[in-house]
Amino acid sequence: MAQTRDIEYRDPAARMAAAEELRDMQGERMVLNMGPSHPATHGVLRIVLELDGEIITKAVPDIGYLHRGDEKIAENMTYTQFIPYTDRLDYLAPLANNVAYALAVEKLLGIHDKLPPRCQYIRVICDELARISSHLLGLGSFGMDVGALTVFLLTFTEREKIYNLAEAISGARFTTSYTRIGGVSRDTPAGWCDGVRTFANEVMVTIAEVETLLSRNRIWVDRTRDVGVISKADAIDYGLTGPNLRGSGVNYDLRKDQPYLCYNDLQFEVPLGEVGDCYDRYLVRMEEMRQSVWIIHQCLDKIPGGFDNKSKEPVKVADGKIVLPPKNKVLSSMEELIHQFMLVTEGINVPPGEIYFGHENPKGELGFYIQSRGGGTPYRMKIRSPSFVNLSILSQLLPGHLMSDTTAILGSLDFVMGECDR
Amino acid sequence: MTALDFANRLKAKFGELLSEPAEFRGEISLKVTDAERIVDVSLFAKKELGFDYLVDITSIDNYGEDPRWTVVYHLYGIAHRCYLRLVLNVSEEKSELPTLTGVWRTADWHEREIYDMMGIRFRGHPDLRRILMWEGYPYFPLRKDFPLAGKPSETPEVAFSKPAPLDGGPFVTVPGGKDAIAREPRVRTPEN
Repeated sequence: MAQTRDIEYRDPAARMAAAEELRDMQGERMVLNMGPSHPATHGVLRIVLELDGEIITKAVPDIGYLHRGDEKIAENMTYTQFIPYTDRLDYLAPLANNVAYALAVEKLLGIHDKLPPRCQYIRVICDELARISSHLLGLGSFGMDVGALTVFLLTFTEREKIYNLAEAISGARFTTSYTRIGGVSRDTPAGWCDGVRTFANEVMVTIAEVETLLSRNRIWVDRTRDVGVISKADAIDYGLTGPNLRGSGVNYDLRKDQPYLCYNDLQFEVPLGEVGDCYDRYLVRMEEMRQSVWIIHQCLDKIPGGFDNKSKEPVKVADGKIVLPPKNKVLSSMEELIHQFMLVTEGINVPPGEIYFGHENPKGELGFYIQSRGGGTPYRMKIRSPSFVNLSILSQLLPGHLMSDTTAILGSLDFVMGECDR
Repeated sequence: MTALDFANRLKAKFGELLSEPAEFRGEISLKVTDAERIVDVSLFAKKELGFDYLVDITSIDNYGEDPRWTVVYHLYGIAHRCYLRLVLNVSEEKSELPTLTGVWRTADWHEREIYDMMGIRFRGHPDLRRILMWEGYPYFPLRKDFPLAGKPSETPEVAFSKPAPLDGGPFVTVPGGKDAIAREPRVRTPEN
């Protein structure tokens, strides 16, 4: 609380000196508690801001309000049982989390390069749909935070279509749990690939529309350009990944640098920013969505087995000790019955060892470090979540900006607390 | 250059301090025998070998073994695209390590998380507070001797005092309890 003190010196010189002493108190700092429940904090992020007038002098982020102990939970269940928990990490792109987790366990098993090609293409389509979905929401809420409400309505219309596609392929709109260790839970349903093609064409129209609404909009540009500038060196030093890192001009995209699935066979560009401000991060996300659409079109052209899989391409590895056998075989054949029983009760028997697998999620590098000591459960699983690391730059980034820039900066960092707090 | 070449260069520089590089699934791990010198190793890896990006720091509780803690560092060079894993052990009595915040600033939050979850302290860390749990929480929940359901606390103001209910959910059948049809009124019985 502010203290008031009267100046009680008759002598003008002494009064001046006393006023000089009190100058610090006149410019007293105010502490403002932003969050944990604030529309611009996209969930439950709390930032304790110290303000001098409208200028931020200190920012202390406070996270953990959504901590559920996912890593502890993972140590107590089989690898397959943890898949639904990955939906709840970055809950704006559950399909991408499913793929990342499955690939990590497959790397530990040593089967990551033996996945059937059709499964790889389906997974890439899911990945890119998740990327578009996450970027659409990120842009929509970013726009809404700085006063462009229409963008939110447009992007949410498109996201609804992605939810429809997710429902058709996995049975759930939100918590998809689509992948399995060694494949995907089921092949694409009839008409799904056509639906993806239609969506890929339609979303381009919306992206163009959003572009006309924002890219040269004076208010938008004024509120984002030269705001929240992250230099190349800072971005790497703070471990930023994803569009936040590429917005600062660092060419680091795991799809190119550590290719997994069939990304080596696909053509796409990695958009890079120049300045590293909020506007660059916005542009990078816009371009990434277009590249994702391009990737989806290529996948649909090349997908082995075609749209309705007439040639019966497999979507799971043919290893009875990893994937569940077909149900009709379970009831008629002894070996399959044993496999089913062992997989369900004990889980997949994973060799001892430790791996790290990083996956290019919409928000950045989602990494799983798994240490196995053999058997059906991991001994330790660490989730390296992009939002957690991306937010750690806040205390360095916010000071010096106006209070109202906080919303623009938070919107441009595009984080999800479910994944940050795990 | 491959990750193995970098590991060998590190090994050539630090000699006995590092173990022989071990490979598993194409990843290279190096064991650092003296945890106190992790800063020297990291500085050399960053400045001379181009590992400019610290991906992650993880801790493992080897409960019942000695030394109890293992700390794992994942390094990556954006220019040369190689990963490197550094592993070191810390005893339970010591439970302390030098901080890497002076080498990579991203180590700040990773180290706070390890302190919060495992209780390993980082000497020289600028702001070593709990990050995911709240201030004053009395336990370190990722330790293996901390039960999944949680622990009752003697300080009810700062930590909830009841273990989380793990059984009795709609999809959990308890041995000897009612079956799903009896518990869940929406389930169709064979008759209707």
